[in-house]
Amino acid sequence: MAARNINFDMDLHHMEVTMESPVDEDVVHSSFSRLIEEQSGSLDQGHGALELEDLSDERRDHVTYLAAPSWAEHGQQRGQDLEVAMVNDPLIDERWSSATLRVLSSMPSRTIGRSRGAIISQYYNRTMQLCRRRQTRPTIRDFSRSARPSIRGYGVESDCGDGSEEERKKDQLVNNLQKLSISDRVRMLRAMPLSVAEKSDLRKRAYNYKEGRPISSSQMSCCSRLKYYIIIALRQSWYSWLSFLHSLQLWQVPLKRVSGRFGTGVLSYFLFLKILLFFNIFLFLINGFFLVLPQAIHRPPPANLSQKFTGLELLTGGGSFTNTVMFYGHYSHRTLTSGCRHSDNASVPTDQPGCPPRLSFNMPLAYFFTIGVSFFITCIILVYSMSKSFGKSFRINKSQGYLAVKVFSSWDFKVIKRTSVKLQSENICTQLKELLGEVSRREEGQSVLHRLGRALVHGLAWILCLISTGGAALAVYYFSEYMHKDLETRVLETRDLETRDLETGQRLLEQQASLLALPVVVSSLNLLMPGLFNAVGWMEVYDSPSIRTYVAIFRNLLLKVSMLGVLCYHWLGRVAADPGKLLLQCWESFVGQELYRFLLIDFIFTVLGTFFGEFLWRMCSQRVLKRKRMPEFDIARNVLELIYGQTLAWLGVLFSPLLPAVQIVKLLLLFYIKKASLMQNCQAPRRPWRASQMSTVFITLLCFPSFLGAAVSVTYTMWTIRPSQDCGPFRGLSTMFQAGKQWMLELKTANPNLTWLTWIHTTMVENPLFLFISAGIFLMVIYFHTQVVDGQRKVISLLQEQIENLVSIVGEDKKFLITRLQTIHEQRRPPSRKTHRASEESCF
Amino acid sequence: MGNKQTIFTTQQLDAYQDCTFFTRKEIIRLFHRYRDLAPQLIPLDYTNKPDVKVPYELIGSMPELKENPFRQRIAEVFSEDGEGNMTLDDFLDMFSVLSEMAPRDLKAYYAFKIYDFNNDDYICVSDLEKTLNKLTRNELSEDESRLVCEKVIDEADLDNDGRLSLEDFQHMIIRAPDFLSTFHIRI
Repeated sequence: MAARNINFDMDLHHMEVTMESPVDEDVVHSSFSRLIEEQSGSLDQGHGALELEDLSDERRDHVTYLAAPSWAEHGQQRGQDLEVAMVNDPLIDERWSSATLRVLSSMPSRTIGRSRGAIISQYYNRTMQLCRRRQTRPTIRDFSRSARPSIRGYGVESDCGDGSEEERKKDQLVNNLQKLSISDRVRMLRAMPLSVAEKSDLRKRAYNYKEGRPISSSQMSCCSRLKYYIIIALRQSWYSWLSFLHSLQLWQVPLKRVSGRFGTGVLSYFLFLKILLFFNIFLFLINGFFLVLPQAIHRPPPANLSQKFTGLELLTGGGSFTNTVMFYGHYSHRTLTSGCRHSDNASVPTDQPGCPPRLSFNMPLAYFFTIGVSFFITCIILVYSMSKSFGKSFRINKSQGYLAVKVFSSWDFKVIKRTSVKLQSENICTQLKELLGEVSRREEGQSVLHRLGRALVHGLAWILCLISTGGAALAVYYFSEYMHKDLETRVLETRDLETRDLETGQRLLEQQASLLALPVVVSSLNLLMPGLFNAVGWMEVYDSPSIRTYVAIFRNLLLKVSMLGVLCYHWLGRVAADPGKLLLQCWESFVGQELYRFLLIDFIFTVLGTFFGEFLWRMCSQRVLKRKRMPEFDIARNVLELIYGQTLAWLGVLFSPLLPAVQIVKLLLLFYIKKASLMQNCQAPRRPWRASQMSTVFITLLCFPSFLGAAVSVTYTMWTIRPSQDCGPFRGLSTMFQAGKQWMLELKTANPNLTWLTWIHTTMVENPLFLFISAGIFLMVIYFHTQVVDGQRKVISLLQEQIENLVSIVGEDKKFLITRLQTIHEQRRPPSRKTHRASEESCF
Repeated sequence: MGNKQTIFTTQQLDAYQDCTFFTRKEIIRLFHRYRDLAPQLIPLDYTNKPDVKVPYELIGSMPELKENPFRQRIAEVFSEDGEGNMTLDDFLDMFSVLSEMAPRDLKAYYAFKIYDFNNDDYICVSDLEKTLNKLTRNELSEDESRLVCEKVIDEADLDNDGRLSLEDFQHMIIRAPDFLSTFHIRI
């Protein structure tokens, strides 16, 4: 009883607070009255008018009544009852009078998105806001009196029926829609939660008014009719363009089937593959258009094709492939000109092939800038998609509310296969159980011994993984050194044996085959080591499955990065530093071939891994072990393999401009192979997979170690390593970077008007200081951006807290007002009812 | 092109295009999907807006919905009569909301409707229990289910009225980045 009293005192206190200023009071009253008018009007018109009268009467003496102290005594008991009833049974309590109930149920917060009228008025307000935002200076008459976010102003003439009320709202909405631009209007229409029939009605009216007006007012002038037609034609073409774009969407049906069977997690792998495909198509188009095509047109006189085709070349990229557009060495160092013009005059080279008087194409320059620009654009796209993905998935990463989120957003509506649906509900069930366990465990805590033991296991696992990673890197290092020496001796032997034709061919073949050893070793390490990591991961215990996934990803990543680092050292440090040792005419082509081999062998190993790891494993487990389980599709490992392959492709673009084409073919084949294997052999993953966060992580990994590493090594090659002197577009230069510099000098002498361009080039491209500064600014911008996001996150959490406080206060206010309303209403009731209630209360 | 003209007029197609998240081609494709459900019922000519409905039994047997535990709710929410019998408009509306392009608020609105089993515009404990039963195929014990309901309401209910209103729901959905990708049916 004491608690109840306190409760009520608080309410009284609230009342005092609200009563303090008469202005406030007025506001409260007027908005409340409007609210009642509006809502009861829309709910129940015939009856409503009478009731309203009644209610407003009550309100009139509300204030005087409040002032009377007797109320406190009189209403105390009842108020408490109501309070208690409200707390105990939040739904419906029969002790509320019908009028109170009606008012209650029609409060704006309870009608949002409920009835059609409410939706329409909600969207009316939205369009109003949009209108206001679009217009720089809104005129007064645009603001009808109902421009306020509440629904006030409608219920003034409460005698009109329900239908016409809605009609008027609709009219106003249509009016607002007309004020919007077409694209805004369509967006608004689409986002309305109304049925298509109503939307199209709204749309028809919105368009009719607008387009009907000029016709009815006077006959259309020629000009406006033309405009009208042009607008219609533009709209039609825009629609067809949209349809065309939509039809370009790759793999619509297979993706649907995959997601239908395996859910969003596995789908994210294929979507990632698709993204990579688009990156490669972009690179291929740029390279193909600016490098391969001009070079292919200006084919130099074919060298003697003494080497015969054996088929091994397809694997090694050597032999007769060496001197093709595939590799760096084939490209000319001249300015290519079309027609009968002089061929080796580089006086005024231009970057574009399309200038009319003399079609000339400066190959070294094109090579330099094409690679540079394509890397730059790729970088921008990557950073952009990364930040966008970050914004999507880490919006407000609060741990609370996790169970609710799990319940309402974990069901994957895409999944349509029966067994997968069953699996999914099992998944959700176990996850919910785990979460419940976590909630209860959080209070318990763990013993020190337990934690110590776990830390020990984790430390052991990490040491094992690091040692094996280091071992793999060392193995690659020594093996590559060994193969390098081996190749040296082989090359020398072949040179000595030049006379005997048959044996030379044999030797050459062997030499070619020996080149495949290194990629095979690296790929098999890549295939086997993750298995070891998985085995190590089995003995560890993690609280949440996502940490397990992150750890696995990190270990695999470490392995791949260290191996690629060693390989880069091998190519740029050993091969490029001393190409004479291998009697290489063109070390760039050799490195390009190496990368080609790596890419190909990696593909073959992936296919073999898919075959053995998935197909044979399934056969084994089903036939021999007689288990029903099928292997799971390891999303993280597969995605990392993709990232590894893409790094190779990016590394190789400089040395082999057509490598993206190889990568495209590889990805296309991989898609179908993986899909087939998935459909045949796999089952949906058991672990929960937070797809949006994981795809963010993958994009980040693609950007940070993969692309950045490739970009750094390519830039290093361009800036510091001496290109081959007898082949390729940069022959005769000390670094590739000199090509741009030389061109600038030539430009300066030939055309003094363009000195500003030269200046820009010298200050921006050649000056390392500028590069450092720009990189620094870039990093700083990123840093500030993250800081701002962080700050926003804090502000959001603060605001959330405030909202929660506010909501609870407002809720109490509401309760208080309703109680008052109810008591006043009770006062006006016929006495019979009152006694009935009184008896009820006494029972209570 | 001639084929399209016989099904819809250009105006109709434009209207559908503006009111849903589909392009012309997709609208035609969806129409054919719709018609395949009951070929003898649905005419090939929609220019005069025939008033026909496909009964729920046929809608619910679509492969996209067949295994979905919420199929009946989905059909009920999107059908004009509230019983799951769908006109073409309802059908388009359903897949438009469930498409990739639909904004979060729209999806959240209909998701709320779907989870609100007793149509009282609140997700209350009984709705939550039903949702859980459908999600887990009655695998949770009564105690667990009660605990989950309690926690969910505790987490998501902002105005402390013991049930979730649309606003509570939308507020919670903002924090679920996966919702947009999971509340999505590829058609």
